[in-house]
Amino acid sequence: MRHHIRFYLGQTLHEVSDISPTLTVLDWLREQQGQTGTKEGCNEGDCGACTIMTVRLESGQLTWRSVNACIQFLWMLDGAQLFTVEHLQNPDGSLHPVQQAMVDMHGSQCGFCTPGFVMSMVAYVQNGGGEDPKAINTALAGNLCRCTGYAPIVRAMQHACRIMVEQGNHFDVAKQNIILRLSALQDDSSVDIQSHCGRITLPASSNVLASVYLENPQATLVAGATDVGLWVTKHLRDLPHVISVRSAKDLHKLEQRDGGLWIGAAVTYTQAMPALATHLPDALETIKRIGSTQVRNAATVCGNIGNASPIGDGPPLFMAANTILHLRQGHIRRQIPLENYFLEYGKQDRQPSEFIEGIFIPDQSAQTVMRAYKVSKRFNQDISAIMAAFAISVGTDGTITQARLAFGGMAGIPCRAKMAEKALLGQKWDTPALEAARTAILNDFTPLTDMRGSAWYRSTVSANLLTRFFEETAQHGSGQPLRLEGWREISHA
Amino acid sequence: MLKNHKSEQKIVPGGATQNLKHESGRLHVSGKATYIDDIPTPANVVHVVPGLSTKAHARIVSMDLDAVKRFPGVLYVLTAQDILGENQVSPVGAGDEPLLATDEVFYYGQPLFAVVAETRLAARKAARLANIVYEDLPTILSIKEAREKDGGMVCRPLEMVRGHAENALNNAPQRLSGRITVGGQEQFYLEGQAALAIAGEEGEMRVWSSTQHPTETQHMVAHILNRPSNLVTVEVRRMGGGFGGKETQANAPACLAALAAEITKRPAKFRLDRDDDMIMTGKRHDFMIDYDVGFDAQGHIQGVDMLLAARCGWSADLSGPVTDRALFHADNAYYYPDVRLRSEPFRTNTQSNTAFRGFGGPQGIAAAERIIDEIAFATGLDPLDVRLRNTYGTQDRNITPYFMTVEDSISKEIMEQLAKECDYRKRRQEIRAFNRTNQYIRRGIALTPVKFGISFTATHFNQAGALVHVYTDGSVQVNHGGTEMGQGLHTKMVQIAMREFGLSEDRVRITATTTGKVPNTSATAASSGADLNGMAVLDAISKIKDRLISFAATHWQVAPGTVQFTANGVQVGENRIPFADVVKAAYMARVSLSSSGFYKTPKISWDAKTGRGRPFYYFAYGATCAEVAVDLLTGENRMERVDILHDAGQSLNPVLDIGQIEGGFIQGAGWLTTEELVWDQNGRLRTHAPSTYKIPACSDRPPVFNVKLLEHAPNREETIFRSKAVGEPPFVHGFAVLHAISDAIASIADYRICPQLDAPATPEHILRTVEKLKQQSKVPH
Repeated sequence: MRHHIRFYLGQTLHEVSDISPTLTVLDWLREQQGQTGTKEGCNEGDCGACTIMTVRLESGQLTWRSVNACIQFLWMLDGAQLFTVEHLQNPDGSLHPVQQAMVDMHGSQCGFCTPGFVMSMVAYVQNGGGEDPKAINTALAGNLCRCTGYAPIVRAMQHACRIMVEQGNHFDVAKQNIILRLSALQDDSSVDIQSHCGRITLPASSNVLASVYLENPQATLVAGATDVGLWVTKHLRDLPHVISVRSAKDLHKLEQRDGGLWIGAAVTYTQAMPALATHLPDALETIKRIGSTQVRNAATVCGNIGNASPIGDGPPLFMAANTILHLRQGHIRRQIPLENYFLEYGKQDRQPSEFIEGIFIPDQSAQTVMRAYKVSKRFNQDISAIMAAFAISVGTDGTITQARLAFGGMAGIPCRAKMAEKALLGQKWDTPALEAARTAILNDFTPLTDMRGSAWYRSTVSANLLTRFFEETAQHGSGQPLRLEGWREISHA
Repeated sequence: MLKNHKSEQKIVPGGATQNLKHESGRLHVSGKATYIDDIPTPANVVHVVPGLSTKAHARIVSMDLDAVKRFPGVLYVLTAQDILGENQVSPVGAGDEPLLATDEVFYYGQPLFAVVAETRLAARKAARLANIVYEDLPTILSIKEAREKDGGMVCRPLEMVRGHAENALNNAPQRLSGRITVGGQEQFYLEGQAALAIAGEEGEMRVWSSTQHPTETQHMVAHILNRPSNLVTVEVRRMGGGFGGKETQANAPACLAALAAEITKRPAKFRLDRDDDMIMTGKRHDFMIDYDVGFDAQGHIQGVDMLLAARCGWSADLSGPVTDRALFHADNAYYYPDVRLRSEPFRTNTQSNTAFRGFGGPQGIAAAERIIDEIAFATGLDPLDVRLRNTYGTQDRNITPYFMTVEDSISKEIMEQLAKECDYRKRRQEIRAFNRTNQYIRRGIALTPVKFGISFTATHFNQAGALVHVYTDGSVQVNHGGTEMGQGLHTKMVQIAMREFGLSEDRVRITATTTGKVPNTSATAASSGADLNGMAVLDAISKIKDRLISFAATHWQVAPGTVQFTANGVQVGENRIPFADVVKAAYMARVSLSSSGFYKTPKISWDAKTGRGRPFYYFAYGATCAEVAVDLLTGENRMERVDILHDAGQSLNPVLDIGQIEGGFIQGAGWLTTEELVWDQNGRLRTHAPSTYKIPACSDRPPVFNVKLLEHAPNREETIFRSKAVGEPPFVHGFAVLHAISDAIASIADYRICPQLDAPATPEHILRTVEKLKQQSKVPH
């Protein structure tokens, strides 16, 4: 058992034991280290001005990730090396190619968002990103700029990509050194820090996690902190005892097993994205729009379920795919259909000390067609007004044998449109069936009116998305372009 | 007499009118650019956090702050009783804006008290522990409510009348009336409001503030501390964005920091959390505009009557000049033969709306462009043709509703040039063909003009000062009254000095703006920064140059006319002498190497009582063509292509001006599409952070985005090197997007019905408009 966390800030090793469970990386950098290059824009992970880059050794590979320092707790850095905008310049003082490109392409005006942009851009090139503007859009979706309108920043990104192909960069040169350093930080011990500020437990395995949580049912489980972070920065809550999920190595499993995909509790959206993209057809466009790159780099798939937000994008997707939730309390394990986890707003089928070990998404049958639709005010990095995921199976006789129509944003919990499903079952997937489902779905929900959309909008769109689903999947659809997808593309799904 | 120095010499590379990178670019990208919260503070700094009202309108029955005071780390709680001077921060002297509320609150988010604590976290936590007992008073939250309940106005309404609108409307072959609503907008500067105050000896107070208006901040701090202005110095090196949101809204933070520093005798920092910032500070005014227009079958406007009502919020702030400017721009680029324009600056129990890029102008323009759209649908003409037929003339049809003659109207030429270059007519036909065969995705296109009046409409603000020092080593320091908020003002000022002295960039240093160096400045606002300060800098430089020329002529015994400042040194007769050598020699001869400079804009005047004058020195022009795609099932939409042609005169720095245009366009498009402010029935702003308030993100820029400056178009007026202001005008380019969306929606009813799309055109508002048109045209879904 270790009683401190350890990580590198740039080239300097920090071993820290006397810290609050709620101390954020941003506050630590700015207030305790005097490193003010990293900026606070919103303190909720939505503007990206505080973007930093972490590098970790995962399965022998270095993984470079941009994250929002404002909603990362310092203890989450255990075992990582952290780079901020202060660490980018070459030893001779010259600017990193990304920085130089931002200067040369006029990518900064007021400059306040710029360090965050630069860090996202550096992380992008570290991950092999290229000049494709759509990929750049996705990489930079979590960085807001109010001055430039983004065009010069994208030009800078493209310019830097070209330059770096020619020149390389000093992070690449330092790779072996980083691997050595981070290897030295790897151990299999759990961490427990108790100070006057509170207690921080980093269990090394799910077994340790289960027993610590059993003894401390009042503790707060934290995975990526993209939600819990806001409890601290916005609601100013104290967290007397936090237990880390992501420190448990065996919870990082992401694998195909027994007719389905297993996603462990510690797997982030970024890590799961490729597997989900192949496993759930049509899910990628939605997953790319969950939060931002920084958020997906921290947020876990299971955390998106665990916090039971009525507007989470993951749960409807997974519900449509018949996902099974694996829960554990001490040594007791149970499995429930994901949809049964959500009881009512703010209430889940989870006992004290019980935690999510992972989810199992069964392979979809060849007869099943699935589509996912995220509707939000802004295309990227916005919370959905409506999230819909539909799966239907059509038998050889052309009738619908299974219908799973799952929604977020339509009720206090993510839930299925049971009446609309009923209207489809046993029917041919044709216009009368569509009309019946459109009518039925209006009785499935009594949605709320809020800043993201009115009850009228949510109801109307829920029915209209059935129309889109029909046009995209039924034999007699119109065959027209049907989606505004991504950036300037109108396409068929 | 001040003159532009026109000289034959080649301009030094990067000198004014040439490209030069932002003076702080290297600092920005390396995290070394210092903003208020980055200034190294003394170890004993205290943190100040305001406690905000949770009622939109209420009498304060009691304010129990015991729990706040008892919270660990809290040193003091400031209330109105602590204010040494008058409890008043109205920037226009309206006397309606207490710094801290006393017995009544007027909006949800009004500061009641301010916690001073050892840490910011302690102050934030403590600020939430106040026990305030309120007695609810009736609220007025919207423009509609204000009109129905007669809630009064924050300032005098304005009326502009030219000719006889009513007669013209009655006599016009066709006439229609309608209403457009346009939403407000949060500035969303990335750096929130912030100030640091340190008390000095004998009542001195130094304040570092993220303010667009250091002089006003200085005056406010002096006023709150009850001491003369000469004891208060306000400094700002740069802001992390302003956009108008720090023209007056930076005053209260600076005052609270100074008050805390004064009372605790410790340095005090005030930095707002984003949510508090958005809840507390004013935004762009939302408007509801009723219009009545008469026209003929060819689309010529004959008479216009408009009533422009604004939600001003709880206090006057700048709502007077903002609503005035809405009237000044309710014509956009169009001539109204007979016209009546009236404003209604309504008082409401919401944030006190304030300056935001365009300053009411865009809201007036929204109505002008709606009128054009209505006429196009009523006559069956292409909206572009209606626009072209109604632009201001140059010889006749050139008098504005405020009796200013438009001397240089180029709206028509710019629109025609852009339409040709971006192939508007052909693409419009192709889009219509596409829409005929597509049920769910529709496309739209629109081409709209920009004409924006440049100058503060309050004439006395159109003045500026500068201070230029030349040191004996030949290096130069430039200071002026303008502030840098990202727009590149400091870069342009450096460029002027480079050009005039023939020096490279590394020889010219721009310093932080401070009231100690240049006093009595105007806000960096109204797009005026480069126009005013550039001329003041030029004036200071010219004075120094005149002295150096006269010295050199005597010293080296040449004719003064043969002394020239070139990129390679000073030409003195036949000799080329390094600038530093000339300077050194001048110093030895006891020649002053420092000068202040001053400028006031000529020709302008404005009398609100008569509604007549020349409020603007000149106009900046432009045009945009936008193409969009709209999803009729959800109302979601995307920009597909945008082409912009913009008139920056003889640009002081083309690459920086392009940056202003690109950024201004996206900001304008955001205002008109995704940026929606939502209040609940209690007057509580529900969109108070980027999670709920959606400014454009990276993917919201158009994939095809062509931005060009109008070439060979020097300003006809004698501005700094014949440039034109480029701060606010580009914001107006965003209207092309709104109208392109409207065009896409109009396809539902086969272009027979004007969609009357209001702003912001969020997916929901678009879908509502789609459904409305379906109903009107009886097309089954």
